[in-house]
Amino acid sequence: MKELITRGLDTARALGATYADLRFVDRETQSVTVKNGKVEALSARESRGFGLRAIAQGAWGFASSSMFDPKEVDRVAALAVQIAKASAMTGGGKVDIGRPVVVIDRYRTPVKVDPFTVSLEKKISLLLKACEEMQAVKGIAVAQASLEIQRETKTFGSTEGSYIEQEIVETGCGIEATAVGKGEVQRRSYPNSVGRHQGTEGWEFVERQDLVGNAPRIAEEAVALLTAKQCPAGLKTVILDGSQLALQLHESCGHAIELDRVFGTEAAYAGTSFLTTDKLGSFRYGSELVNITAEATSPGGLGTFGYDDEGVPAQKIPIVRNGVFCGYLTSRETAALLGQSSNGAMRADGWNRLPLIRMTNINLEPGDWTFENLVADTDDGIYMQTNRSWSIDDKRLNFQFGTEIAWEIVSGKLGAMLKNATYTGMTPQFWAGCDAICSRDHWLIWGTPNCGKGQPTQVAHVGHGTAPARFRGVQVGVMR
Amino acid sequence: MLTEKEIKHIVDIVLSHSTADQTEVLLYAADSALTRFANSYIHQNVAESDAGLSVRVVLGKKIGVASTNSLAEESVLGVVDQGLTLARLQVDNPDFVSLPGPLPIEKASCFVERTASYSPEQRAADVGIICRKARERGLVASGAFSIAVSQIAIANSLGVFASHMETLAGLETVIMSDGGSGYADCFALDAAEVNPEAIGDEAIDKAVRSQNPIALEPGEYEVVLEEYAVSDILDFLAYLGFGAQAVQEGRSFMCGRFGEKVVAENITIWDDGLAGDTIPMPFDFEGVAKQRVDFIVNGVANAVCYDSYTAAKEGKASTGHALPAGGTFGPIPMNMFLKPGMATKEEMLKSTRRGIWVTRFHYTRPVHPQKVILTGMTRDGTFLIENGEIASAIKNLRFTQGYLEALSKVEMLGRETKLEHSMFSYNRVPALKIGKWNFTGATEF
Repeated sequence: MKELITRGLDTARALGATYADLRFVDRETQSVTVKNGKVEALSARESRGFGLRAIAQGAWGFASSSMFDPKEVDRVAALAVQIAKASAMTGGGKVDIGRPVVVIDRYRTPVKVDPFTVSLEKKISLLLKACEEMQAVKGIAVAQASLEIQRETKTFGSTEGSYIEQEIVETGCGIEATAVGKGEVQRRSYPNSVGRHQGTEGWEFVERQDLVGNAPRIAEEAVALLTAKQCPAGLKTVILDGSQLALQLHESCGHAIELDRVFGTEAAYAGTSFLTTDKLGSFRYGSELVNITAEATSPGGLGTFGYDDEGVPAQKIPIVRNGVFCGYLTSRETAALLGQSSNGAMRADGWNRLPLIRMTNINLEPGDWTFENLVADTDDGIYMQTNRSWSIDDKRLNFQFGTEIAWEIVSGKLGAMLKNATYTGMTPQFWAGCDAICSRDHWLIWGTPNCGKGQPTQVAHVGHGTAPARFRGVQVGVMR
Repeated sequence: MLTEKEIKHIVDIVLSHSTADQTEVLLYAADSALTRFANSYIHQNVAESDAGLSVRVVLGKKIGVASTNSLAEESVLGVVDQGLTLARLQVDNPDFVSLPGPLPIEKASCFVERTASYSPEQRAADVGIICRKARERGLVASGAFSIAVSQIAIANSLGVFASHMETLAGLETVIMSDGGSGYADCFALDAAEVNPEAIGDEAIDKAVRSQNPIALEPGEYEVVLEEYAVSDILDFLAYLGFGAQAVQEGRSFMCGRFGEKVVAENITIWDDGLAGDTIPMPFDFEGVAKQRVDFIVNGVANAVCYDSYTAAKEGKASTGHALPAGGTFGPIPMNMFLKPGMATKEEMLKSTRRGIWVTRFHYTRPVHPQKVILTGMTRDGTFLIENGEIASAIKNLRFTQGYLEALSKVEMLGRETKLEHSMFSYNRVPALKIGKWNFTGATEF
């Protein structure tokens, strides 16, 4: 392995690269999906290969291949340098990645039980049982339970002398119950929507979720939603549960602080960011209660690793402090533009994608409320749980979200169930209305395994630590 | 890429090694490249070579799927063994009947040497044209130019064998001005049909005209939707309701409405993977020949598409819309058409008393999937129309709109069509003039 990596880097250098790095990645994935008592999908996938980045004539090139042998390494290295030189044809200034980074180390996700050692019989049996519990509730048309486990082994080498070996293990699972009737279709998911909740853990992650125990409640709620009251429209006080708040944080903060996006590199796809560099250190992002950090170090966080895909160590940085915007997610190149060093946010989706600035674990730091006291303190509001829809503009300002389920809060008590709940707003005004955050007892890092960015598209697995929080003056009920 | 001999060799290894009742092999190979630009220069430029296979094995009613991207014989045999192991650990799926049997498949000629041999320097030169044009006007160019050669082969133990190779060139750009932006794209089998001058000019024109946007109150407006936006409507109709699985699960807007009017009479939507004016794909991921499926005919809900699994549940034949084995999404159309009309965009503009011209949508998502109510933003060229003329650029608006409701209010359809590439499909669509569209919010730019 080391020999081939060194060969690739040496070839790139010999052909004119002033910097090169090579990542070899081997990704194994196992997925099980059970639907209405049948195993709809049971698959094992492996994808391996390598990608080489090079800077030549002051511009970037990247090439990759699924074959890892001397001849192919030479070809890919040469292609990466050729591509870099072609990139230089459009000008644009010389790439500067700042001071060298040299790391020689290993990292492995700490797991209690390797999920790949758990028998398939056990996995299938668990999901079938969860489905059975959901199907026992009258009115359920589709009951689905799924899990996915992944192990990614990667080796990184650079012309600066870094050599890093990592093994990242992830485990995710979830259930969904869809009820059909009364001219409606309603779905409830647990622990999270978009298929599953996921973390960098072993099988212990699945056992902690208690899918079977939660299945009846999820199914009953889906059926109840068919005849629930429509969420009213108006300016309301809203309490968001941790999973919905995770997606709010993801869309309105996580993407907005990607410094490459700020500098315009994503303009052709998902857009830019309203958090321009003149706002750093002075812009009021939210109320004084709002403290947001980015870190890749929390055990179990889906955005946790040892080193990013430029070989920069995982670290923790403040993003918003007492409501004031104070930090970005950076790469070596973008950090250098601000006179800083990278804070380790470059991540690639597999061997055949080049690293981009991606979220790690973007966390809203907990407050000091219990959930019970927060509801009791709310005279008139709506409590919303579990995301159903999401949309935001291409500078991360105007957003609209929908949740699977909601409840009225009347005189400090949870009341009637509400369906088709939606809310909309503008990012800074929304966060300015945050006046209470629940404590660490209610805080959890939610795994978002479906974050899209880049061309060609890449999917990142990221985390968001949140506890339920309250927001005042939110426009609720946007739907015809 | 793999030669026909190499494909057959790998297929033979899999089918002879497998001890399953039925076995399916999906082989793929791809060489692709993408030159990405922002701030009017190339900032990311990538190339990839990949090949692999996926094997589905059937033991009675038990199914296992395994895949790898190594085509070494050891790996190929290993994947078959892994599939068998998974299948043995499975429980019966009583709904499974059989893998499909062989049927005639029409060949589609989709390989253009000019595209396959497009070099990094040629891509950079084409991108350079757009960047230069933008800089000359004091504007900022971003976008991506992609070139791909891809190959797929499907075979199974019942005698199915199908192979297909295609090239694809695609160039899209967002040009940004002070306070505005414009978008244009083009996708074709032949790189020669992708004209960076024309694409750059279209986006630059929009970027210039969209400067100094005014704020407009949200509300209900007449709209003219360019083809980029119309393509999104077809995407979500397909994603939410044109597949048989959505109907069988009771989730689709088509449920219980076959033979009923669901949109205006002037709307006809179909899928045809063999049509000459799309990116043809003659068979699906089970090796079944693509059939034309008429989803909506003159406003009436008519049919949905099937794979072999969903078809067997209803005693029907697959329409050739299967996705690769191992997924649970069900069948989906990938070559959709919306029947054009007779109007020009100029006529649509002139017919609008007070409305909004929309170039494209951004980040559209279902708010109520079964009712096909979507929310999203306008982007890259949004204008106020007053008395038949463009009055002003406007700041982008958020909409919350039922797509079926919108298609019930289509007043004019364009006579020209454009091929668009979106989530999972190639859509050939005209522009539309729609009598009422619900904008529910606005942003600052």
